[in-house]
Amino acid sequence: MAAITVQNLYKIFGKNPENALPLIEAGKSKEEILDQTGNTIGINNASFEVKEKEMFVIMGLSGSGKSTVLRCLNRLIEPTKGTIKIGDEDITNVSKDRLLDMRRNKMSMVFQNFGLFPHRTVADNVEYGLEISGIDKENRRAKAYGALQKVGLKGYEQQKPSELSGGMQQRVGLARALANDPEILLMDEAFSALDPLIRADMQDELLELQAEVHKTVVFITHDLDEALKIGDRIAIMKDGYVVQVGTPEEILTNPADDYVKAFVQNVDRTKVITAQAIMRKAPSIQIPKDGPSVAIRKMEKVGVSTTYVVDEQRKLKGVVTIDDAIRLKDQHHKNLESILISDIAVASPQTPINQLLPKAIESKYPIAITDADQNLKGIVDRATILAELNENGNEAVNEKAEPKTLTK
Amino acid sequence: MFDIPVGDFFEFLINWLTENLGGFFDLITVTVKTFLVGIENVLLFPHPILMIILLSALAWYVSGKGVGIFTVIGLFVVEGMDMWEGTMETLALIITAVFIALLVGIPLGIWASKNSTVEKITRPVLDFMQTMPAFVYLIPAVLFFGLGEVPGIIATLIFAMPPAVRLTNLGIRQVPEEIREAALAFGSDSRQMLFKVELPVALPTILAGVNQTIMLALSMVVIAALIGAGGLGQPVVTGLQQLDIGLGFEGGLAIVILAVFLDRVTQSLGERSQ
Repeated sequence: MAAITVQNLYKIFGKNPENALPLIEAGKSKEEILDQTGNTIGINNASFEVKEKEMFVIMGLSGSGKSTVLRCLNRLIEPTKGTIKIGDEDITNVSKDRLLDMRRNKMSMVFQNFGLFPHRTVADNVEYGLEISGIDKENRRAKAYGALQKVGLKGYEQQKPSELSGGMQQRVGLARALANDPEILLMDEAFSALDPLIRADMQDELLELQAEVHKTVVFITHDLDEALKIGDRIAIMKDGYVVQVGTPEEILTNPADDYVKAFVQNVDRTKVITAQAIMRKAPSIQIPKDGPSVAIRKMEKVGVSTTYVVDEQRKLKGVVTIDDAIRLKDQHHKNLESILISDIAVASPQTPINQLLPKAIESKYPIAITDADQNLKGIVDRATILAELNENGNEAVNEKAEPKTLTK
Repeated sequence: MFDIPVGDFFEFLINWLTENLGGFFDLITVTVKTFLVGIENVLLFPHPILMIILLSALAWYVSGKGVGIFTVIGLFVVEGMDMWEGTMETLALIITAVFIALLVGIPLGIWASKNSTVEKITRPVLDFMQTMPAFVYLIPAVLFFGLGEVPGIIATLIFAMPPAVRLTNLGIRQVPEEIREAALAFGSDSRQMLFKVELPVALPTILAGVNQTIMLALSMVVIAALIGAGGLGQPVVTGLQQLDIGLGFEGGLAIVILAVFLDRVTQSLGERSQ
């Protein structure tokens, strides 16, 4: 079951939003509706699912409606229409008490400018959610200290937020969100106010933390690089619409429209495109079943000079070259093991191509792509990698480059 | 041209109120008087020397060495001018007036911050209270509460209350939206929001309002003395009536010393809360 299901969500700002709904459904533009009714469209028919324990990034420019969507998830902003299910509970329809309960126990939020309480110490900030739920002092103190340790702030418990640097303040924000052990973390441009180096550190730490705590995370950002780095899946928003939802790779390789294309064209694809996307099927033979004759025939058929050798479990053993195979056949030997070259470059399907390239340059043969069980999944040769790099370079030169980090 | 009988109407209103709500005003008079006398007794009970030590220690602790030393010297001067009793009476009057002003003003400020209609209504009323010359509402105050300290306190608190309302309202409205959102996102109800987040965050601003209220109350001391409120205003009024330059100056100097003491101490309280 999905952790969060958003269906046909609308948010219309201004008086009498019901006047604007029929106009939206009739397909009028944002500007026309503003002219006619004075209403602003915040979210326009957004639907998406967030899977359990995934990092779901919502990306878009300022005014795209991404922060509004996030605030609808915990009803800091009341949606105009549509349903939002948290697990199987429709949060748009719950009582006031149940809403408070869900905010206290199920989901918590991290803010762009940290949203810390200036009059409270770091520990008291982290305890806040537990305190208002009525958890006793001793218990909540223990949980707060635990959460602070997780984010690396042990020893800072009694400081005031204003005494800490930006990065440390946001760790307090993160600890506060983790303290009540929620299922869902809502992160609103959580790292956007930090300077670039600290931001990169925080992204890494969030990923490490996520590997440990396994929360469902909804992360808002306007920075595509950040989205690609931390997102398991990304939703791209524009003018209140959800334009595309997909994995980083899907979005880069298969942008849904020109808007997404313009967004992604300047990204360093070599960091995102993985071996999986560019590998091709490898000609392979199985030992001990196949001998040199089979190997030669296969290579001739495909027109290559090497073939990959796997065993009965399809585990990769190495390669044989056509020259060696012909020599073996002339000597009337059957056993391919004697000519097997096992010292070859191997990589996993998830390896990005910027890491494949050095391997490809050193290796005489194409890189074998194997999964965790060493099963051969495909091969990537030097030419394919270079072609992929070249495509990236050409686009950057030929088309008008747009900044990949779009400022708010 | 035509006449608008504003004066007649106001006179009629005040007379009507005096005749019909006399019991209510008597109750207020007794309550306020009791409160005032209690505080006066507390302030005048210890020997002046002991009181000087206590107040200076407070000033030293809250605002530091300089203000502490000033308080010691200042209060010895007051005692030396034979103004001690008047100073304590005035202090009691100010404490009473400010206490009531805050009791009404802070909740009103909170309400105004939550409700824009309330804010719109209170704003002109507060302007009226602050700009209408204080002498004008001395008359109805005397009619309602008779002569003495109580009408003085009422006139003082009317004049001194507006900053408490305004700055409470402002302080709460200035709580950053993100902090408010954070409080909501973690599941605060409206009571927790107010007492655990909004009021503490707004506290420095609210205390600035309290400081202003105290200062405005002090500026009413002389006017209140005109209707028999006593205290440090009395020597000033007497000095004016009898052209006694020395007496008038002594009364004025004592007011200044008290004002500086109260201002520094309450300001430091505001800074500490930040």
